[in-house]
Amino acid sequence: MAPLVEVQGLEKRFSVGGAWLRGRRRVIHAVDGVSFAIEPGEVLGLVGESGCGKTTTGRLILRLIEPSAGRIRFEGHDLMALSPPRLWATRQRMQIVFQDPFASLNPRMRVGSIIAEPLAIYERAGATERRRQVSELLDVVGLDPAFAERYPHELSGGQRQRIGIAAALALRPSLIVADEPVSALDVSVQAQVLNLLMDLRRRFGLTYLFISHDLHVVLHMSDRVAVMYLGEIVEIGPRDALYRAPRHPYTQVLLSAAPVADPKLRRERIVPKGEVASPLAVPSGCRFHPRCPLVFDRCRVERPLLRTVGGGHEAACHLNEAPALLTGA
Amino acid sequence: MALLSVEGLRTQFATGAGTVRAVDGVSFAIERGEVLGLVGESGCGKSVTSLSIMRLVPPPGQIVAGRIRLEGEDLLDKDAEAMRRVRGARIAMVFQEPMTSLNPVFTIGDQIAAAVLAHEGGRRRAAWDRAVEMLDQVQVPSPGERARDYPHQLSGGLRQRAMIALALAPGPQLLIADEPTTALDVTIQAQILDLLRRLQAERGMAVLLITHDLGVVAELCHRVAIIYAGRIVEMAPVARIFEEPLHPYTRGLLRCLPHPSRFGQPLSSIEGAPPDLRGADAGCPFAPRCPLAIESCRRHEPALAERRPGHFVACPVAVV
Amino acid sequence: MSVTATMLPVVARPRRRVSFRAAFGLGALLLIGGSAVLAPQLAPWDPARQMLTKRLRPPMWQAHGLREHPLGTDHLGRDILSRILHGGRISLGVGLTAVTLSALIGVTLGLLAGFFGGRADALIMRIVDVFLAIPYILLAMGVVFALGPSLLNVILVMGATRWVQFARIVRADVLSIREREFVAGARARGNRPLRLLLRHVLPNALTPIIVVATLELAFMIIYESALSFLGLGVQPPTPTWGWMLADGRNYVATAWWLATFPGLAIMLTVLAVNLLGDWLRDTLDPRLKV
Repeated sequence: MAPLVEVQGLEKRFSVGGAWLRGRRRVIHAVDGVSFAIEPGEVLGLVGESGCGKTTTGRLILRLIEPSAGRIRFEGHDLMALSPPRLWATRQRMQIVFQDPFASLNPRMRVGSIIAEPLAIYERAGATERRRQVSELLDVVGLDPAFAERYPHELSGGQRQRIGIAAALALRPSLIVADEPVSALDVSVQAQVLNLLMDLRRRFGLTYLFISHDLHVVLHMSDRVAVMYLGEIVEIGPRDALYRAPRHPYTQVLLSAAPVADPKLRRERIVPKGEVASPLAVPSGCRFHPRCPLVFDRCRVERPLLRTVGGGHEAACHLNEAPALLTGA
Repeated sequence: MALLSVEGLRTQFATGAGTVRAVDGVSFAIERGEVLGLVGESGCGKSVTSLSIMRLVPPPGQIVAGRIRLEGEDLLDKDAEAMRRVRGARIAMVFQEPMTSLNPVFTIGDQIAAAVLAHEGGRRRAAWDRAVEMLDQVQVPSPGERARDYPHQLSGGLRQRAMIALALAPGPQLLIADEPTTALDVTIQAQILDLLRRLQAERGMAVLLITHDLGVVAELCHRVAIIYAGRIVEMAPVARIFEEPLHPYTRGLLRCLPHPSRFGQPLSSIEGAPPDLRGADAGCPFAPRCPLAIESCRRHEPALAERRPGHFVACPVAVV
Repeated sequence: MSVTATMLPVVARPRRRVSFRAAFGLGALLLIGGSAVLAPQLAPWDPARQMLTKRLRPPMWQAHGLREHPLGTDHLGRDILSRILHGGRISLGVGLTAVTLSALIGVTLGLLAGFFGGRADALIMRIVDVFLAIPYILLAMGVVFALGPSLLNVILVMGATRWVQFARIVRADVLSIREREFVAGARARGNRPLRLLLRHVLPNALTPIIVVATLELAFMIIYESALSFLGLGVQPPTPTWGWMLADGRNYVATAWWLATFPGLAIMLTVLAVNLLGDWLRDTLDPRLKV
């Protein structure tokens, strides 16, 4: 079966500085040549630290931000080639859920209107039918249909997040980009929302791009995981393979750095040197080389490409040519 | 004698919609050189507890009961001037958001030097040298140059290190760290936790670490106190909390975290929502959400009792 | 720090009683507005009627004052009280109309500049800069000189010069609103630019618009008085507070009541409007921004 989403060479450049800010005009490559595919019904996790480009990637796929270069195929159609009306129509099939439950809902609109709005815009249903669907959607996300009359500020963070999910579901999309959907929630509420997302995926046959900086949450939710660093994917592969045998030093660093609430599971700690790199000053060669505990000369000059290291598992590290060095580390 | 001893602390906020009992009878002690973690979700009262210890609770909040003893002296008895001498010199605090906790119009070197001068006096040159030395101790590269930077010129990790340097410069006996790594990237978080561990051991300093993240607790703390609805529900050495969590809330928290052994499976979660802190309901605050609750749980508030050596729980039901 | 945000379940509003400022402001405005509307019924005299035998009579509580002229008469024997009441109609009427006009122009341009950015923004902001650079009195003088003084022209001039206040505030607010996640969400769910602007951005920019509008109303009243004082505004015999100030200028030492009462009326109205604006800003903000 053809992938639901196929991304090739995706790039996004921002220019910073200029006339009245200090410094020259500089270009940030927030996303610098990213390629991957998402199969129908799968959850692809996208993980990385701040500045890695994961959030930008999520919005690029939906063309909420215009890509600077690259190709995006969604359900077989080239998104970049669609006319504005066709693009608008295609939006029904691809939706997004955001991180911040406080900022992601219009504070001036009632919950019911927020959820019903896409149905009205796309003329999917008349007023009565919309109301019925709103009630149904609220029920599906585990809320009392009476919530339709409330305003967002009257609800808790977890409830707001559920509303965001209900609104994303209204148009029965096939793809949902979940951009840090639980990062702003308490742990117990987080568990509820994650369970809800898994449940909805089964019920409606959804496909997710699950973006988060929280490695364990991503590992929990995803079938496959892609690790991003400074605008590039440095490793991508099946969840279990990536967890048990990461093939990029940065993935190893992330895995060892993420605090685990289980003293028995503490990994050998690899504390990385230096600061999280800034997209304004991208290192030469392999972008991770200034911080890499396994760096050697070639890393400073030659940028490694993603190469297959196992079934469906790719990593961009020179060490994979002599894997023992990496896995033994 | 414990370094810090908090007994029966109650802090309340009088709002137009009722009195919020943010801290409702909290007692614990921290020994010299010990790291105690105070863990809870949002709204549980952990931050207000730390602010109460520093007597920095913002109005309309007020400490209404309890004792806070630092080396035997009750901090609640002290006047404003005496408290000012305590803050910084004997108890220091590090916050979550270094960007808003550091003064943006002064260099970090100036801010640390100012702290030194305020608590120890002396000459400005010497204070500046101390500032650079502190930055070196918190592993800021090129500390002499970085000291001349302004907060906005530094990355999140460096700012947090600067804040730690600022807090530790006067040489306090107790450091209160309120979610010190929550706003940081995970690799930087690892560095900062390492730093705190090292500094704490080197200086024999006690730390009260406030966090919602049990993983961070596992990394850094000797003992843990779990706080819910303004009350401590469980307190034990770190290893014990993970090995045998006794309170249903603690168990609930641990079970709802993603864990490698159960990736992909539905997470268990805690029913319901945290209670309204304005309520004066009798009984255990967790009872409405507790899978083990029995009738008496709703009528009698359980006291914190030692159920295993060094392991205290406020639940008569859970321990079998 | 998020201490208060995480700890208090309810936005803390310590006072339940109605604020004194709001009560005073609203009450005063109702009084002034009411008397303006009902001026023909309330005024004891025709404001234009000259009663030359009763010129320059002081207010009734002074010696030589007359009961039938509570606030005295002016140099042409016209009743001050009646002129103040009728003057209020003009002042408030002109003020409200001018504010509405400037709000319509300013909010529209501010929305467009803030939302679409780029060249539209640059162009609109340059125009704003030009308007801000020219002293409004000179601008008004120029226009009125060219078009002739009349009630309509006064309103047009005021509306066409003060719109920049709205434009700047709205543009600033829109710049931050459009980055908020709910706007991106609305876009993802099918909102096209115009609908986004009207249905999602504008309602969230209302707070500053309302606050600026109340403050501008106060300003317009003074503006109109200034224009009338300079002879650029509404022409006699229509009484306006500005004209009364101008007339009374010559009699400040001898017949203080000619200028003082219109001055007090202006002051009271502006004070009331400002208080109301302050209160509106306080009540509207936290709830909308939560």
